[in-house]
Amino acid sequence: MADRVERDLNRFRQIVRGKIKKDLRKYMSQGEMIGRQGRRYVSIPLPQIDIPQFRFGQKQGGGVGQGEGDVGDPIARGDGQDSGSGEAGEESGKHTIEVDVPLEELAQILGEELRLPNIEPKGKKNIISEKDRYTGIAKVGPDSLRHFKRSYREALKRQIATGAYNPDDPVVVPIKDDMRYRTWKTTMLPEANAVIIYAMDVSGSMGTEQKELVRITAFWIETWLRSQYKSIEIRYIVHDAAAKEVDQQTFYHLREGGGTKISSAYKLALRMIEERYPPDDWNIYCFHFSDGDNWGGGDTRECVDILRNHLLPKINLFCYGQVRSLYGSGRFAHDLEEYLGKTENLVISEIADRDDIYDSIKEFLGKGK
Amino acid sequence: MRNTKLPPDLQAAWNEIDGYAREYGLDYFPISFEVLDYRTLYEVASFGGFPTRYPHWRFGMEFDQMIKGHTYGLSVIYEMVINNNPSYAYLLEGNDMTTQKMVMAHVTGHVDFFKNNLWFSHTNRHMLDAMANHAVRIQKIIDRVGHEPVEDFIDVCLSLENLIDYHAPYIQRPEAQTPVPVTEEEQPDDLPEGLKVDRRYMQGYINPPDFLASERQKQQDERNRSRNFPEHPQKDVLLFLMNYAPLERWQHTVLEIVRDEMYYFAPQAMTKITNEGWASYWHSEIMTKKAARASEIVDFAEHHAGVVATSPQRMNPYKLGLELLRDVEDRWNKGKFGKEYDECQDFAAKRAWDTGAGLGRQKLFEVRKFHNDITFIDEFLTPEFALEQKLFTFRYNRDTDLYEIASREFAEIKQKLLYRLTNFGQPFIHVQDGNYGNRGELYLRHRHEGVDLRIDYARDTLRNLHKIWTRPVHLETVIDEKKRLLSFDGRDYGERRID
Repeated sequence: MADRVERDLNRFRQIVRGKIKKDLRKYMSQGEMIGRQGRRYVSIPLPQIDIPQFRFGQKQGGGVGQGEGDVGDPIARGDGQDSGSGEAGEESGKHTIEVDVPLEELAQILGEELRLPNIEPKGKKNIISEKDRYTGIAKVGPDSLRHFKRSYREALKRQIATGAYNPDDPVVVPIKDDMRYRTWKTTMLPEANAVIIYAMDVSGSMGTEQKELVRITAFWIETWLRSQYKSIEIRYIVHDAAAKEVDQQTFYHLREGGGTKISSAYKLALRMIEERYPPDDWNIYCFHFSDGDNWGGGDTRECVDILRNHLLPKINLFCYGQVRSLYGSGRFAHDLEEYLGKTENLVISEIADRDDIYDSIKEFLGKGK
Repeated sequence: MRNTKLPPDLQAAWNEIDGYAREYGLDYFPISFEVLDYRTLYEVASFGGFPTRYPHWRFGMEFDQMIKGHTYGLSVIYEMVINNNPSYAYLLEGNDMTTQKMVMAHVTGHVDFFKNNLWFSHTNRHMLDAMANHAVRIQKIIDRVGHEPVEDFIDVCLSLENLIDYHAPYIQRPEAQTPVPVTEEEQPDDLPEGLKVDRRYMQGYINPPDFLASERQKQQDERNRSRNFPEHPQKDVLLFLMNYAPLERWQHTVLEIVRDEMYYFAPQAMTKITNEGWASYWHSEIMTKKAARASEIVDFAEHHAGVVATSPQRMNPYKLGLELLRDVEDRWNKGKFGKEYDECQDFAAKRAWDTGAGLGRQKLFEVRKFHNDITFIDEFLTPEFALEQKLFTFRYNRDTDLYEIASREFAEIKQKLLYRLTNFGQPFIHVQDGNYGNRGELYLRHRHEGVDLRIDYARDTLRNLHKIWTRPVHLETVIDEKKRLLSFDGRDYGERRID
């Protein structure tokens, strides 16, 4: 029967992938995907995957229906197609379909597009798990794994080469040498575990938009790291003048007043690592987001000290993302750069607006740590 | 390949249904049933009912969406049947016997309709083979020129596939004979000097000035006319492109295939209501009066109710067709037609009208022979029927972003229904000028009838049209009650008012 639909389906998926890739920067600057995230899939709204035709716009049309109701009764909701001005051109790209993309594939696209190096996990007690995949062909093997097509092809090749093949009487008889068998290759999968520790400044100067930037950035970080590690733990720290651990919900929504002491967060992160995540067993990622304001020079010096002497030696990567806010001075990034700019596993990136997310992710994850 | 032959119990059921259907006078091609698992059924469905189609991603997309719909329980396909001789119909494996019998009865209605309805008379009855051939031809082209150029070109063709002349198979249009474009040198301006005159003094008598003037005018008109290209607006835009666009041979083949398949599917779009109504009428008739056992009747009723379920915003073609056919049957059984009935002013008398004419069934067979959706509704939709079926028109309210019931007036309902069916819900678009501005540009004209085009789609379609025509393309249409010319020159879109 219709066995060819697989072919068309694969092609369709390929097209979807291409579209996502093409517009990755745009998707990365939108929050849309995060909210739709299912457990293993994200639904991505894709523009124009359908074929455009000269077709009627729906709104002026209306139609005929059947059922109860008086004149003027509403029967269905519009899809908001006409909302806003009716100017042509603004509608462009509004016809969308939703496509489910597995998170792994999204990570793969991300990796390819940003040319992210695969991470080499550290930690001495890396557990390696083996997985067999039937990808190869061998000359010996059990009959149950005989590859009919390949065997036949070998036989055909041999017969043609020896002149034994007669096109008018195409009889192909394989001999033992022609036989081909499927064989497996064992792939090693690192079972290394990783922990992500997010820290964020929640002082008054960090507004909603700043947090949204953090949220979107975090989504892409997680998408990538999940594809690299078998399991990932995520911890959240908020800080103003003092730091505390919170859950995800609080992390993104909490808003405190007061000043900012970044060292408090670093100290808490350090304590977490020392208590729960021995660096020998864990790949540790710290991401800290703030608007760059810190309380006086003294605290910054303390931060540098903690980073240099305690945190950085224990962890894979420390990323500092500085989001721009109306109030923030943005000094902290400069200070870090000045004191620790040369350190290999420290990345500093400024995220001024949503368009910068793409580049920041590239900077954060481009080191392959 | 798996064995899809009918298992004995289904074969027995089919023999029974087949007997009833023939007894009723249904006349259909031999039907070959195949039982498919749901995945294969959706595969076939995404191919438009055919086992083989040319490679194209949209079949994959449709399959993806259908499987999703199935997984989430949003949609179920019970049956598929293709217009072919012999006809092929597919049953879903695992359906209960009642459903299978109902589907079989339904299918006999469809195939009877395919075979006998006038609008299907020009369709290729060996489309199964033709589709397979199309697939092979396109595959060969792919092997030769590569996957991507062919896929891109198919996308372009599909983007224009609705621009055919749906009525072309049934009428001879003199204006459809587009002459080849004028390529020879411009003729010297030899205006007629009238009949030959030997003696100059006779000139004024043999060739009076007004005669000469009219001769000249005639010739001028002739010349102007031949400068129009095409001479008359062409509705079959695809044919026009096949004839005059600078296509490579393989592109010509692809375009021809897409056009052929569109013409094959067109009658199904033209007769959706009538055809589904007819099939539903027969499954209902055969099941309730003959085939359903007492133990099956509840299951049948449930499935049938699902088939004819209505929702306020969507007109269910099964329901409308079925009810309208039953209404016709009732009216012709009771003689509720003709001059005497139409002129009767007494509502009560009209209602109780029964001459015992008994012509119902006969009339139904006539409907199935001659009507498409437009003529069927135009001729048989009555105010009584609209009232009884609670039909209404709805419109979109910009202020509230809601669809609202607009009217229950019969005239408006009928107009709207017919309007939605005219040209099968597609805009009327003609080739107006194939040499616009004398620069080889293509000028299409949309005959605006109250509903605007979707502009974003229209722009993208113009872009595709340009890929075929290669010179700038234009579309005259109306946006927000202003006449506009949309243009695409290969790089930029243009839009300007033309009044």
